Amino acid sequence: MPFTAWSKVVKEPVTIKDPLNREAAPRYRGFHDNDVDECIGCGTCEAICENEAIDLVPVDGIETKDGDSGLRPKIDYGRCCWCALCVDICTTNSLRLTNEYKWIDTDPDNFRFVPGVDKKDWYDKKDGWRKPEPNYEFYGLKRVEMGELHPEERDDSFIEMIQGYSKEQAEAEADRCVECGICTATCPAHMGIPEYIKAIRNDDLEEGLRILYDTNPLPEICGRICTHKCETVCTMGHKGDPISIRWLKRYIADQNPSEKYKKILETDKLTKNGKKVAIIGSGPAGLSAAYYLSLLGYDIEIFEKLAEAGGMMRFGIPEYRLPYDQIDKDVNYILSLGVKIHYNTTIGKDITLEKLNEDFDAVFAGTGLHLGRSTRIEGTEHKHVYQSIELLRKITEGEEIHVPEKIVVIGGGNVAMDITRSLARLQKIKYGKVQVTATSLETEEKMPADREEVVEAREEGCVVNPGWSPQRIEIVDGKIKGLHVVQCLSLFDETGNFNPQCNMKNENFFEADMVVESIGQGMDLSYISEPTKEHLEMGPRGRIKVNDYFQTSVGWLFMGGDTIQGPDVIHGIANGHKAAVGIDNFLTKK
Amino acid sequence: MINKFLGFEPDKEKLPSLTAKIGDDIDLSSHKYQKIWLGPNHPGVTGNMSVELWVQGNTVVKAKTHVGYLHRGFEKLIERRLFVQGFPTSIRMCVAEPDTNEYLIATCTEQLSGYDKAVPEMAKWLRMLSLEMARLQGLLRGVPGQGGTFALGLGVQWGVYLRDLILDRFEELTGARVYHMYIIPGGVRGLLPDGFKERMEDNLRDIDDFIIRIRRLMFHNSVFKKRAKGLAIVTPEMVDKYGIVGTTARGCGVKRDVRKDDPYLHYEQLDFDPPTDTDGDVYARTWVRWQELIQTVDLIRQIMAKMPDKGDIKTPMPNVLHWKIPKGETYVRLESGRGEYGMYYVTDGSDKPRRVNLRGPSYTHAIALLEDLLVGADVADVHGIMVSLQTCPPEIER
Repeated sequence: MPFTAWSKVVKEPVTIKDPLNREAAPRYRGFHDNDVDECIGCGTCEAICENEAIDLVPVDGIETKDGDSGLRPKIDYGRCCWCALCVDICTTNSLRLTNEYKWIDTDPDNFRFVPGVDKKDWYDKKDGWRKPEPNYEFYGLKRVEMGELHPEERDDSFIEMIQGYSKEQAEAEADRCVECGICTATCPAHMGIPEYIKAIRNDDLEEGLRILYDTNPLPEICGRICTHKCETVCTMGHKGDPISIRWLKRYIADQNPSEKYKKILETDKLTKNGKKVAIIGSGPAGLSAAYYLSLLGYDIEIFEKLAEAGGMMRFGIPEYRLPYDQIDKDVNYILSLGVKIHYNTTIGKDITLEKLNEDFDAVFAGTGLHLGRSTRIEGTEHKHVYQSIELLRKITEGEEIHVPEKIVVIGGGNVAMDITRSLARLQKIKYGKVQVTATSLETEEKMPADREEVVEAREEGCVVNPGWSPQRIEIVDGKIKGLHVVQCLSLFDETGNFNPQCNMKNENFFEADMVVESIGQGMDLSYISEPTKEHLEMGPRGRIKVNDYFQTSVGWLFMGGDTIQGPDVIHGIANGHKAAVGIDNFLTKK
Repeated sequence: MINKFLGFEPDKEKLPSLTAKIGDDIDLSSHKYQKIWLGPNHPGVTGNMSVELWVQGNTVVKAKTHVGYLHRGFEKLIERRLFVQGFPTSIRMCVAEPDTNEYLIATCTEQLSGYDKAVPEMAKWLRMLSLEMARLQGLLRGVPGQGGTFALGLGVQWGVYLRDLILDRFEELTGARVYHMYIIPGGVRGLLPDGFKERMEDNLRDIDDFIIRIRRLMFHNSVFKKRAKGLAIVTPEMVDKYGIVGTTARGCGVKRDVRKDDPYLHYEQLDFDPPTDTDGDVYARTWVRWQELIQTVDLIRQIMAKMPDKGDIKTPMPNVLHWKIPKGETYVRLESGRGEYGMYYVTDGSDKPRRVNLRGPSYTHAIALLEDLLVGADVADVHGIMVSLQTCPPEIER
């Protein structure tokens, strides 16, 4: 049919009229853009890139901080194949491909650029490839639920409420990790978190234990009550739940029997170097220093004021959060390395600090914050107004404490929740019902306590009523009637100083037979006697000045833990470790 | 018959044998033969590989294929990457129909990890759609392209324009025109955009019109008929001997179609019958492909009508960064535009495949079969024969 070939001669041409301005489809995978404010530089895009086209590089104006590596992806268009796996895996949804596909440049170096930072023409394009929807994920966003005792099973006993992960649960949770290491940077002890999570995935829990003990000699304890700053910054938390790093650590420690520790950690035979170090206090800082100094060959003697080791971990944290046998597991392993401990020995009373200096080559003090603070409002001098810290210690020691039917706790931190929930349990045992009210200056959103603590306290029948400023305790005929409060509007003034502002017209009254104050603790440094004190340089806020290795201006005295940083367990552990290195340097004159 | 150019009939007894086979001693110093090379430049789909031809006059007496000019070790590259990182590399193994590679690699990983049952319905239909769209764009180039090899270039221009419209649909569905990277382990990477079906239907109507025109242009064309009829005949006896598949087998009456023989995805829910012909020559193969063009348009319409409106596109799977697949091996196949296209995949329990082996039709069609079919052919028909066997060199050299 010869005319077939001519059939389109009179038709309109089908060629694109203006090929230079042809808009690509809305889903087109063109050039990269990155929302650098959303991006945290986790480097998962770099990990997934099959062409190694992505490098994480430092960028001007973006500082490294907790939860942000300070790095941003740099793309090499000589290698990129525009598969957009980097976009699909992005943990913050900051990375995208625009639908721009035309770019001419005479300088080859320009084709390596940092999206969102280096100026390009296509950033204002809204279309392009974003992570597909719905239900399209390259990893689990939801954390594996942790089994815990129901409120009715736990509200009248001090049995541990968190049950721990099974093997399957732990491996499923460990699978969610993208190994970015943002957690490691933030953890005060810089634990090898992605590495030990990997050990769980590989079911190599002995390797996991070795990684834990590289930086943290109290994994059973930290695996239960660590303040988990790692989870706060976890990159998975941006779109889903952060990895349960704390429970995974506990899983490793739980699964390794204590008899095997020495073999796994290869601490059967430690070579002694003949030097002696004294440690004051057997809290996290002291135990950590003791452990790492022992590994270095030092003879360690710990001086502990109380009858058992653990400091605030044992005498501050209730048993339902941290069972005593788990403290013993960690502590006993450290003591098994040859660490001597003198219980019921108070420095400054039973033995002076100067005597320690004479007998030992160096001294590390991790004495903690064991003094309660008072609101000093009217009525606090009453005998049934207590400090939370002394009540918690008495509960641990098994001493009987005063538990009336109605109690008010002042404070919104974790310690306040600890005493609230402990008293609730004692009330439940004694009266069969709970009538504890916790109140704090901070509003619900700003309460410093962990969210789950507040939720669980309420599950157990406690009333948590935040946002009130305590005014006075009403006492009639020598008996406490309750606490008068007014609404608290703000805590800090413009300069950032603590200066609560209240609405005096909005009053409230909490009925109570007993008031517990839990608004923070202070340190007791009375054991540092005059000759040493004279040479001690002080830093801001009444704290003692130390160098990077926690060495005070008195060369032989090192200090760490809550008195210096924190307050929490993991800072204490980190301080103790660093101080151990400092002491070793000091004594070997490095 | 007297040769009209020479004016006399040459005495063939005095000429060398025209049935020389590979290995036969062809004495080039006798000056009775000439050796010429076809390629390795890139004149089209027949490029990227090279055919060494011994000719006597215009007649090929011996042919030897040479590959290795575009070997980039795709299989090995995939073996050194995580399971999820395989698909962007895999599509380079056959650019003509990239989606087939994505489907194979995704299905292999799913079968070995036990997720093949968990792939969402929606994703299965979308996979079928993208595979049929890939077949369609391949045929839009391939059917008129056969005419192009016999100097009928106009049909190619019509076909490539329509192919570009299908690539527009690919662009809005997958985010790219050629390297779609759409099918991933566990599902696909996107739902149909709004209005996709209407725009697709517009394109299909244009293609319906094209199908009629190309029939008039090519199959009613005496030059095309004269050159294609009786050229490079594949007989049914050769099918098993050489491992011939797809439209090349169907061209000689052997109905082979993986979609029917071993249905995958939801092909059993579609109503179709693979077309066949009997002659087994270039014309018959092209005619089968032309019929398949009609059928593919129909299949796309059926898929768009039967697919669900919404649904999940991907099944939840382990973190792609740590995904390990237990020890195992599998062979997954599908019907590509060129015939059975399969992948042998071995895993060893690690996070990367132990062995990836792609087996495409060109591996036999364009090597063993081509070498034999070229013997006796005219030099001018060599391209035509290669195209009629749907030669795709990248799939030979993975």
